Amino acid sequence: MTDPLRIAVVGSGPAGLYAATELAKLNTPPVQVNMIDRLPSMGGLARAGVAPDHAKRRLVIPAYEKASRRSGRFSFFGNVEIGRHLSHQELLQYHHAVIYATGASDSQPLNIPGAELPGCYAASAFAGWYNGHPDFSDLDIDTHCERAIVIGNGNVALDVARLLLKSENELSSSDMADHARRALSRSNIREVVLIGRRGPAQASFTHPELRELGHLQDVAIEVPPDLLKERYWPDTSFLLALRRQCLQEYTATHKPSATKTLRLRFLCSPRALLGERRVSAISLMKNRLVSEKGGYAKAEATGQTVAVETGLVVHAIGYRACPLAGLPFDAHSGSVPNCRGRVTGSEAGAGTYVTGWIKHGPRGVIGSNKPCARETVVALMDDYREGRLSEPRSGSHQFKALVDQRQADWVDYRGWRSIDEFEQAQAEGEAPRRKLCSIESMLKIARPRAPEDSKETEQFK
Amino acid sequence: MIVGTCVNDAVCTEVCPVNCIQPGPQSPDYLTAEMLYIDPNVCIDCDACADACPIDAIYPAQKLPDEWSEYAAINAAYFGAGPGP
Repeated sequence: MTDPLRIAVVGSGPAGLYAATELAKLNTPPVQVNMIDRLPSMGGLARAGVAPDHAKRRLVIPAYEKASRRSGRFSFFGNVEIGRHLSHQELLQYHHAVIYATGASDSQPLNIPGAELPGCYAASAFAGWYNGHPDFSDLDIDTHCERAIVIGNGNVALDVARLLLKSENELSSSDMADHARRALSRSNIREVVLIGRRGPAQASFTHPELRELGHLQDVAIEVPPDLLKERYWPDTSFLLALRRQCLQEYTATHKPSATKTLRLRFLCSPRALLGERRVSAISLMKNRLVSEKGGYAKAEATGQTVAVETGLVVHAIGYRACPLAGLPFDAHSGSVPNCRGRVTGSEAGAGTYVTGWIKHGPRGVIGSNKPCARETVVALMDDYREGRLSEPRSGSHQFKALVDQRQADWVDYRGWRSIDEFEQAQAEGEAPRRKLCSIESMLKIARPRAPEDSKETEQFK
Repeated sequence: MIVGTCVNDAVCTEVCPVNCIQPGPQSPDYLTAEMLYIDPNVCIDCDACADACPIDAIYPAQKLPDEWSEYAAINAAYFGAGPGP
């Protein structure tokens, strides 16, 4: 029998898990997958980005963990950072190939004056905060003010707006982190204004997310009726028709007893954040829509500005990837240059691949990563069959020994299972889990003894 | 019926015996799809899709919870049809 191919997959979010699942299906040769993640937990943005009241969608993680492990040749190395504990070149030395599935978990910056004022947050930080991501759980988010502004017209912006308007009761079955639940239960926020640069037909949110807003309790939704007119709706495609119908329903619905309001404010661009020691208002530029050749609707500033009082601003205007050490990076597309998943350019070396958002840019939903992963694995296996992959210089045991040396606190799959099971076991009421929000607390559960060799016990396989 | 929590994983399209779930990953529309849809007039109610969905985003038409009641019409509308029999 042939020796297994050894493939490292960097990143344990949906992209990495879909790739590992494809590799697990292969038999000749069999494939050993070493999955590496900077955090002790698995899941990437499915864990830290998906909204806490959409917790069921996180179930893709255990589903594809299971599928990845069907080969019996899957190892997890959590709390290990490539570019810090190990280099890209070292990874290549120990594996036939490396697939980077590191995603795009940072936010596009809000480049306006005042964006650095306290009280203004990027969605990646805000979502990380309410999802208990160790990097953001210590943020001191002030929910004192009566009005919050959310900049952006994608699903993440709608997530933030919706969560800011939910009552404690509505959040009881979510897996929101404790510190965020507390902050929101003390919240004075009565109004959330969603700011979009262009019109409702150009917004990138999806119809299901838009429709979900109508289920919020005690919240009146305000949509400028003018924007439902013909001229703002360029075509009658299925998705636009659904969206227009939903917005029309919102304009027709009156909730006089509602104590909270969600205002969908289109055709506005943020100009500046105002305030002394923290944000106290946002200055907006009103836009008009101008049709360009090819049907593109462009936002054009009218010159009219308006200032709106606020104490909390969250900007959700797109995700952004960070360049990876040792790999080329195209800043414009926010991705690593590649051809069907093979990283191009000599810098990285043969045997380097990408999948997911680091490959095709931060677009699409969870499932979009599956065909992407299939394409990358096909390219990788083609390269293997054509003899283009180099043999690793060192064996499997040596890789584990190297990780032991460089990061004494690395977490294996059994350790992640312990974290996952602990979070579920400590959940209260209808919540599916109660998150561990620091590396320290995760390590306490994952590595309860001194870092000797972790023995595989039957119950955690 | 597929409801609004769908994340386009599309394993349902792989198990459906009558190919009534669209758009499939091979379709050009898949890249811009907000969710996937079941054609109620082709579906044979075998539940293979509901069993396969990793996030429970599929319900038999008769068991659609109230909070998702609009989705019967939405699934049908994708195929240009009225709600199924």
